[in-house]
Amino acid sequence: MHRKTIHEIRDLLRKKEVTAVEVTENSLKRINEIDDKLGAFVSIEADKALEAAREVDKKLQAGETLPDLAGIPMALKDNMCMKGTISTCSSRMMEGFLSPYDATVVERLKANGAVIVGKANMDEFAMGSSTETSAFKLTKNPYDLERVPGGSSGGSAASVAAGEVYYSLGSDTGGSIRQPASLCGLVGFKPTYGRVSRYGLVAFASSLDQIGPFTKDVEDCAIVMNTLAGHDPMDSTSAKVEVPDYTKFLTKDIRGMRIGMPKEYFGEGVPEDMRKCMMEAIDVLKSLGAEIKEISLPLSEYALAVYYILASSEASSNLARFDGIRYGYRAKEFTDAIDIYVKSRTEGFGDEVKRRIMLGTYALSAGYYDAYYKKALRVRTRIINEYKEAFKEVDVIVSPTSPSVAFKFGEKTANPLEMYLSDIYTVPVNIAGVPGVSVPAGFIKGLPAGLQFIGNYFEEGTLLKVAHAFEQATDHHKVRPTI
Amino acid sequence: MKYEAIIGLEVHVELATKTKMYCSCTTEFGGDTNNHCCPVCLGLPGSLPVLNKEAVNYAIKAGLALNCTINKETYMARKNYFYPDCPKNYQITQDETPLCTDGYIEVAGEDGEKKIRIHRIHIEEDTGKGFHRVDGSYYDFNRAGVPLIEIVSSPDMRTPQEAKEYLEKLKAILQYVGVSDCKMEEGSLRCDANVSIRPEGSEEFGVKVEIKNMNSFRAVEKAIEYEIKRQIKAVENGEDIVQETRRWDESRLETVSMRSKEHAHDYRYFPDADIISLSVDDEWINRVKESLPELPEQKKTRYVKELGLPEYDAMILTMSKSLAAFFEACVAEGGNPKEVSNWMMGELLRTLNDKMLEIDDVKFRPADLVKLIELINKGTISGTIAKKVFKEMFETGNNPEKIVEEKGMVQVSDEGAIIEIINKVLDENPQSVIDFKNGKTKAMAL
Repeated sequence: MHRKTIHEIRDLLRKKEVTAVEVTENSLKRINEIDDKLGAFVSIEADKALEAAREVDKKLQAGETLPDLAGIPMALKDNMCMKGTISTCSSRMMEGFLSPYDATVVERLKANGAVIVGKANMDEFAMGSSTETSAFKLTKNPYDLERVPGGSSGGSAASVAAGEVYYSLGSDTGGSIRQPASLCGLVGFKPTYGRVSRYGLVAFASSLDQIGPFTKDVEDCAIVMNTLAGHDPMDSTSAKVEVPDYTKFLTKDIRGMRIGMPKEYFGEGVPEDMRKCMMEAIDVLKSLGAEIKEISLPLSEYALAVYYILASSEASSNLARFDGIRYGYRAKEFTDAIDIYVKSRTEGFGDEVKRRIMLGTYALSAGYYDAYYKKALRVRTRIINEYKEAFKEVDVIVSPTSPSVAFKFGEKTANPLEMYLSDIYTVPVNIAGVPGVSVPAGFIKGLPAGLQFIGNYFEEGTLLKVAHAFEQATDHHKVRPTI
Repeated sequence: MKYEAIIGLEVHVELATKTKMYCSCTTEFGGDTNNHCCPVCLGLPGSLPVLNKEAVNYAIKAGLALNCTINKETYMARKNYFYPDCPKNYQITQDETPLCTDGYIEVAGEDGEKKIRIHRIHIEEDTGKGFHRVDGSYYDFNRAGVPLIEIVSSPDMRTPQEAKEYLEKLKAILQYVGVSDCKMEEGSLRCDANVSIRPEGSEEFGVKVEIKNMNSFRAVEKAIEYEIKRQIKAVENGEDIVQETRRWDESRLETVSMRSKEHAHDYRYFPDADIISLSVDDEWINRVKESLPELPEQKKTRYVKELGLPEYDAMILTMSKSLAAFFEACVAEGGNPKEVSNWMMGELLRTLNDKMLEIDDVKFRPADLVKLIELINKGTISGTIAKKVFKEMFETGNNPEKIVEEKGMVQVSDEGAIIEIINKVLDENPQSVIDFKNGKTKAMAL
């Protein structure tokens, strides 16, 4: 049963072939059996999950027609607040932080009868591309336990790929949903900035963060997006743009669709085996009647630099509230308030978080602000314009999701820059604020590789349409790891 | 050498909105500790601020009343600093794009009316409040997130009196338009002063010193006065003025150094991406403009032109919204404007000053004052007795007719009755009559 998709479980529930409690117990059992070696979860909420499942069963018994997500077990990345549960962001700094409120996405999930079984491991404060910066544990790639699941939403990705839950939520600031989806053979969706409320998502970089789902196929992705998307008065950056029924876009018909292939995304940085995998995928798109056009996005080259200035600057301020005074970790010994700050933050944050806080603090400092932060903002505006121009010529843009498949633990931790390069194809999408999705595109030496589609602002539907057509023309999404 | 002082004021005013700047918590003063709080104003992880439109309305109102330009495209910025009363360790404020700029207030300077320019007004949030006890420090976040405007004047004031007058005028205007109750004792109006000196006739500015912790307008005046003297003395002794922040010590009546420029913060201001930028269009500005009540200047002109009051009376009576309201209520009750003004400027304001009370504390009604004046005009009581009646009215809140009747203060105007009383007094004091006749005028005291 754990190999099934959301829509398959939904149909079984509706046909009363299984109960929500059975599905949930099965999930909990699976977690119990494999999570010691997989390491996807930082906390499990078995009681709350079973209670939610019982509620769903009661309604099903009463003959109610329930929402698609009702009774289906899922996981939240541990940077999303859920009332009465601990959120840690996989940081010692937030250890024991009991949230007194629900994130808007959690509210929406609950209203749809979702069964939230636990919180997934992640890179500390979402800073990383391998989930190795988690203060608590390593999460393994279900396809190869010697390798990383990607990151920062590594736990969310691994939990779905390994069949512990049927879907999960991650957050994507520079590729943190799409890259792990690619490395774990899943569909990972980053909506347009403003499409999904950020209220209750512990902020890393406010102008870039966006919540999105991990699912086994595109239909599931559309189902979850139907629940997540929409304006939230609690988040002034959430857009008042109407939300269509995303499942309506899954027509498999992409004849005449104009798909842009930016030459910069298929250049020297792409290893030969990855290029081969991508070109095969593009041939599939051609065979479906899409029109492939070579385009150029020359400013993408600067996106990573812009990202590390803007994201770090925002993070340096967003993470200032973790000071040991009101909640979270506090150093055991201190002399005064300043000493509480210094010791708590020194002991509570890991190296990568400290590195970014320092980078950001530096970029915002008097005398450097104009040269770094302001300049980065100006380049960002130009990157946005470049994408807007591109979408006058094409409907979607295609690229590899990541330059490589899952790498081994410790392979990139010694050199932060090499780790940062894992996100070279995903970061420009966050800088521009447009939506992006990674879909399984094949395997390289037994490890999954993802294809990224990038869409125009609020055109999630178009993105899901092309992703779905591609997926249905291939079998990659049907493969499950053997764990 | 003669010196000239250069004074600029930074005034923080709490806006009288019902809810906080970025969440829907109440702004009510008091309440149990940490009771007017939510995830947003506590800055909990994951929470997001949403700008209170009403606070923007109030700030635009203040800006228009203070003759400012309203900037149509502005954004909120973060001011980063670590302090336990600041829940996020940054304050959401405005930096490069204040909502209002380039206004002014007119004050009656030493050499006639003078314009004190307002450099900028921006919107921001208040912090929490710390309590330091022997067993540790405690924080109450009920005030955290309460909407504030910061009004920064240009360095246009030259004397402590001008500074005080600027503040009084500012307070009156803000109360008039109803954007704040401006209660310094509750902290809804706070003032910091920047003071420097320079030789008279010089065009260059001296090194400025910031003074904090002044808890009344009088304290502002005193502190500036002290600071000017201190700086002059220092310069005359050949010392350099250090750029620093000083605290006004009310008990010692002096300013004390808090921190110098070397310890100045780098606040690392940058746009707050959590709040979309603020666009204010002409329609919005016009809507606020139309909602503005009559301002002190307009009222003053009307009192002079339509009610025939002297310029000075009009100025005093329009100094506070409540005072003007009391005056206008008296006139509406049929009182003669000049007579009402005389009583208010004389007896009423004197009594309020003596008792350190405000016009809102007055127990009797405007109609009672009009009645009192009527009693004098009808000859029922004399002016001297009226003052006694007024005193009674002020203390008890009773109406003048009742007081006059109960205390038998009716002025006797029957000539026969008066003569009778005189004769009676004279009969009872024969020695005095003799003394008077002998030229001892002391007996006149009778």
